[in-house]
Amino acid sequence: MSALTQAERRDYCIRFGDNALILGQRLGEWCGHAPVLEEDIALTNIALDLVGQARLWLSHAGAVEGEGRDEDALAMKRDVLDFRNVLLVEQPNGDFAHTIARQFLYDAWAVPLYQALSSSTDETIRGIAEKAVKESLYHRRHSSEWVIRLGDGTEESRARMITALDEFWGFQDELFEMDALDAKALAAGVGVDLAGLRPVWTAHIEAVLAQATLPLPGVTWRVTGGRRGRHSEHLGYILAELQFLQRAYPDAVRW
Amino acid sequence: MMGKRDWPLWEIFIQPRAGLNHKHVGSLRAPDAEMAIGNARDVYTRRGEGESIWVVRSTDIHASAPDDRGMLYDPSDDKIYRHPTFYDVPEDVEHM
Repeated sequence: MSALTQAERRDYCIRFGDNALILGQRLGEWCGHAPVLEEDIALTNIALDLVGQARLWLSHAGAVEGEGRDEDALAMKRDVLDFRNVLLVEQPNGDFAHTIARQFLYDAWAVPLYQALSSSTDETIRGIAEKAVKESLYHRRHSSEWVIRLGDGTEESRARMITALDEFWGFQDELFEMDALDAKALAAGVGVDLAGLRPVWTAHIEAVLAQATLPLPGVTWRVTGGRRGRHSEHLGYILAELQFLQRAYPDAVRW
Repeated sequence: MMGKRDWPLWEIFIQPRAGLNHKHVGSLRAPDAEMAIGNARDVYTRRGEGESIWVVRSTDIHASAPDDRGMLYDPSDDKIYRHPTFYDVPEDVEHM
């Protein structure tokens, strides 16, 4: 069992950090625009939780890299090809059903992920996981309850929910990919068996869809690539908004 | 669209710590009780305000009429025997 190099540990952390950062940024787009005030607060609360997780992941990545890059440097000064988030989280918000569908697929993964990471041999990762488990349980409850109400709701909400799930279903494989780094991280006790999360994810998804009286999506196409830096056309626009200020005023010390 | 009929108003009560009263903190709209509790958690427990949430449909809250104030509350103003003020409380007793 060989230990992870610092660079490998950094790369492992950046994957989870980028997921949280980009998804948090997407949810932030709802601020002031949600269909009702209570959901405006709910979605932005979830966004804050995710950005908080991103800060912890990227801070740890910068620290183990040991070259002086902190969370801000990693978040604000990398470009599209260097981001390692999954394709799912960079997809557009669309209507409320799309946002809920995207969140639903992500949260059902995040819960078993962080439960598993709570046993990491890396103390900082353990700490991040223990905090994120509670947040993710709440996120999963929120998105699942909405899937049920939209699915088993009006004809319009049901149709929109089906469209949304069909649109994002094909991005699921990346959540359970195990490449060489994942395998090495798992062997070193730092990481988790991502492929092993799939049964738990599927069970939760199917149970909620059944309660929502929704069919399992029949979409067969699958796309991966975000974790290798091969992103959809959306990430560039997200980063342009996220990074503009820091790139336009690099010498600014205080905001 | 989401009319007031579909998203009724709920009154929210938060209990700061186990054993204390649930306090009324405000109201919000939600389609049902579970969502009301979730929304209350998001809206009213951002700063560690409490550990327990009660949600009650506003239509289930029945209040006394302001015009009845005189009839309901003035008669107790001059009944000093209802207040425990005739005891000598020893100095060392802090909370009675």
